[in-house]
Amino acid sequence: MTAAIEVENLRCEFRVHTGLMSAEKRVVAVDDVTFSVPAGSVLGIVGESGCGKSTLARLILGLLKPTGGGVLVDGKRLFDLDRKARARLIQPVFQDPFASLNPRRRIKDIVALPLAAQGTFSRAEIERRVGNILERVGLSAAMGERMPAQLSGGQRQRAAIARALVLEPRIVICDEPTSALDVSVQAQILNLLADLRRDLGLTYLFISHNLAVVEHVASEVAVMYLGRFVERNETDALFRTPRHPYTQALLQSVLTPEPGKGVPDIGLGDVMPDPSNIPPGCRFNPRCRIAVERCRHETPAPMVRQPRGMVECHLA
Amino acid sequence: MSALLEVEELQVSFGGRTAAVRGASFRVEKGETHCLVGESGCGKSVTALAVMSLLARGGQRSAKRMRFAGTDLMSLSDREMVRLRGNRIAMIFQEPMTSLNPAFTIGSQMAEVMTRHKGGTRAAALDRAAELMGRVGITAPGMRLGQFPHQLSGGLRQRVMIAMALMCDPELLIADEPTTALDVTVQAQILRLLAGLKRELGLSILLITHDLGIVARVADHVSVMYAGEVVERAPTAELFRAPQHPYTRGLLSCVPVPGRVQRDRPLGSIPGVVPAIGPGFAGCAFRSRCAHADETCTRTIPRRRAANAHDYLCRLEPDWAELQPA
Ligand SMILES: Nc1ncnc2c1ncn2[C@@H]1O[C@H](COP(=O)(O)OP(=O)(O)OP(=O)(O)O)[C@@H](O)[C@H]1O
Ligand SMILES: Nc1ncnc2c1ncn2[C@@H]1O[C@H](COP(=O)(O)OP(=O)(O)OP(=O)(O)O)[C@@H](O)[C@H]1O
Ligand code: SF4
Ligand code: SF4
Ligand SMILES: [Mg+2]
Ligand SMILES: [Mg+2]
Repeated sequence: MTAAIEVENLRCEFRVHTGLMSAEKRVVAVDDVTFSVPAGSVLGIVGESGCGKSTLARLILGLLKPTGGGVLVDGKRLFDLDRKARARLIQPVFQDPFASLNPRRRIKDIVALPLAAQGTFSRAEIERRVGNILERVGLSAAMGERMPAQLSGGQRQRAAIARALVLEPRIVICDEPTSALDVSVQAQILNLLADLRRDLGLTYLFISHNLAVVEHVASEVAVMYLGRFVERNETDALFRTPRHPYTQALLQSVLTPEPGKGVPDIGLGDVMPDPSNIPPGCRFNPRCRIAVERCRHETPAPMVRQPRGMVECHLA
Repeated sequence: MSALLEVEELQVSFGGRTAAVRGASFRVEKGETHCLVGESGCGKSVTALAVMSLLARGGQRSAKRMRFAGTDLMSLSDREMVRLRGNRIAMIFQEPMTSLNPAFTIGSQMAEVMTRHKGGTRAAALDRAAELMGRVGITAPGMRLGQFPHQLSGGLRQRVMIAMALMCDPELLIADEPTTALDVTVQAQILRLLAGLKRELGLSILLITHDLGIVARVADHVSVMYAGEVVERAPTAELFRAPQHPYTRGLLSCVPVPGRVQRDRPLGSIPGVVPAIGPGFAGCAFRSRCAHADETCTRTIPRRRAANAHDYLCRLEPDWAELQPA
């Protein structure tokens, strides 16, 4: 099988100034990550807020320059492709639809932009394709005439999805594509994404906080913590037997619709990890309930578990 | 119990064309968490913005009654409203980037809220900001205070928004999708924090969310909105036990739960979309999608009582579902 996305030893650091007198800090957002996504499959990525998921997405889209390592998309080096070719190959759907839609343009013009930028489509063709995709994502022609501020959050997210799919790219990087939507509309959009994948053979990288959604759409799931993949496995296996203590904590934190049960305290503590100060040893050790002495000074190496499964934990 | 926020028959339209909110009524009792749920575009955010008097240009609101702690919100001047906002009523907006100014550091924006309403020094305000950032689980608050909004991840920005809303010890917190940008472990932490503030300080919360898991776990009362109306209101346990409105029932039936997902089947959804509703629309707005619709659904729909504090807007009698053959 050919890989649609190949990422090798990818690293991304940000330099942050913290006031006049204090020293510059280095935030390591993506820390030496290696993986590949087979063409036609869906890699789901879950993980703590701020662990580097969006940064990883931006690196794969070529919107950020890595500090180290490389990205191959469809077998080609990302930076060898010109912008138009890249746009036909890979498209994003971002988390925050308000920030990613130009507030001064009508929805239908925003959706038309990727087509217009190619410079090879006639006016009539652009109109036809925009009409089609708006209909597929469930926006009426009247909605197409509106400005982004005149739509609800969910309607804006549909517009962002329409814009990403209008060029029929091979690969779509979805960063929280449905977190702004209610369950019913979310289901409609996810079913649409699944149909398009089947019909057009698309590959998705799918970042989401909603574990049920990831379980439904992903072929494989990677769990990210402080810039690294700490566990990866086929979807069924990961949900059935989570091995990494952080993965287990994630699954235990899900709020099922059962009234009266309250919000669980899964014992991770109230202190969040700090990417400018990654702990030595296992990066999860200050919050890990089963940590042993070894975890405090020895970094766990990736251990292959099943044909495709991987976990970074001394005790897994 | 006394209502801290009372909204009766709120109407909001934009440019006279879009009827975004059509007679929504609900009450937030003192010290309770009241959840507003409903389909994307049904008017939840617009309702919150109307209460805050922050509607976008062209937005017109009217209401039979809209009171906060006994004060008539409809008759307040802009200046009086400014004094209330961010102070006694705080709001966390759905899209944090729209309410954070990209040109100023997090610290100066947080300090400004406090010095504007409560006076005091900037240094004291920054101390409080750092303390609250710690409480919402932000490490290295010192570093974060010196950063600009675009340098933070989505989840960090949202936690900053929550900390900022708490700067002046509000009585009512209106939180519009406060945790949708957060992973489930941080979400649990934030919800526990809000529950703690509610318990310790008597904070009342109007929580807008699509996540029925959150509703089940934190709400005292729930109002379900559809196409600008509150179509069902009930205490939380009651709503999940005996939902009456066909829309509520549809919504509850399509919540996916991890571990119980059927991967080879499409996710459950309510077929169709919310119709465009102009002025003068009559009858039930759900009828184009409702399996129980008949010709009476085009007329005025009664509000029915199902139980104590539980009512809904539908032609069907209470517990109709049990009387139907499966
Ligand atoms: N331009 C930037 N400058 C400095 N730091 C940055 C920048 N962009 C991201 N970061 C930092 O990198 C880390 C990872 O951020 P990222 O947005 O990738 O997280 P995320 O996993 O997408 O989180 P979320 O789930 O909250 O969206 C965070 O600590 C963030 O503050
Ligand atoms: N400024 C505006 N001008 C015109 N129409 C608007 C404006 N703001 C909102 N609307 C419309 O009002 C309706 C309600 O929008 P609102 O943002 O309240 O939805 P919501 O329930 O918060 O949805 P979501 O869950 O997607 O955030 C939508 O149909 C939207 O298109
Ligand atoms: S290596 Fe040690 S600290 Fe890290 S997750 Fe495993 S048990 Fe916990
Ligand atoms: S009033 Fe009629 S259309 Fe509306 S929910 Fe009830 S049965 Fe369905
Ligand atoms: Mg992100
Ligand atoms: Mg909204």
